[in-house]
Amino acid sequence: MPVVGLEWFLVIAAFLFATGVFTILTRKNAVSILMGVELILNAANVNLVAFSRFVKPAATLGPQSVEFPLQGSAAHAVYGQPWIAGNVFAAFVIVLAAAEAAVALGLILGIYRTAGDVDVDEATALKG
Amino acid sequence: MIAALGLAVKNPATWVFLAFAAVTCGSALVVAVSRSLVYSAYALLLTFFGVAGLYAFLDADFLAAAQLLVYVGGILVLILFGVMLTHKIRDINLSNESTNPVVGAVISGFLFLALAYVSLMTDWQVVEHPASATSGEIGRAFVGKYLLPFEVSSVLLLGALIGAAYLARREKREA
Repeated sequence: MPVVGLEWFLVIAAFLFATGVFTILTRKNAVSILMGVELILNAANVNLVAFSRFVKPAATLGPQSVEFPLQGSAAHAVYGQPWIAGNVFAAFVIVLAAAEAAVALGLILGIYRTAGDVDVDEATALKG
Repeated sequence: MIAALGLAVKNPATWVFLAFAAVTCGSALVVAVSRSLVYSAYALLLTFFGVAGLYAFLDADFLAAAQLLVYVGGILVLILFGVMLTHKIRDINLSNESTNPVVGAVISGFLFLALAYVSLMTDWQVVEHPASATSGEIGRAFVGKYLLPFEVSSVLLLGALIGAAYLARREKREA
């Protein structure tokens, strides 16, 4: 087992999440807000991986599963162990974070070209 | 307090873990409160490194490598590009002002306390299982159980690539 318990990782992730929320709430610069979003995504990822490591899920490929032709250890040999699900989900989060950062920076560049500033308080052209 | 949380003080790995935790939390704090945008961006680099270290402590070898490759090598460079392209490069102190720090501190402090309380007070059903390499398992899961999300995310990456390039390109003046 890891050298420290599950709670340590959860508390560190909670701290990362809180700093991310603080960044999003207080910053005016759009790039800074994007950094806050990345902090929050990292916090969620740490939680996912920690639970994947410490808490064993119910066997999702067990005898009750009807969607897969293989059962039991044969299913695990082909489809992977069920506890890996948290790691897989974290990998998907990393992929989505990359896509999100690319699109968000494209949008921020567009705003900068139109308004000459990336201050989110000034981007009020769509205000009703 | 420390012993109550199950820290093996004699184990040097514990101190390495505490160093990673301190780097992660401290640099995340710098990201949140630094006055300079460039300092925030480089502190984010340290945060990503620290989180990669936490993944290593959680025996998630594949994710630790992916964190370094994607976050440090990709997303952070993208953010630095964003910083540099949306400011004049000569501004040494790229302004990064904060508004309503008190309200933000109260809300995020309450969130942290609530989450930490739940984390520490819940009786987690921790199951001991030995560490094993995750790369092979993740690969098997990607081409097995999670084949459809895997393919969809590749299509999403393609769409995001095209969309980002379209959004960020210079408008062509119509004659």
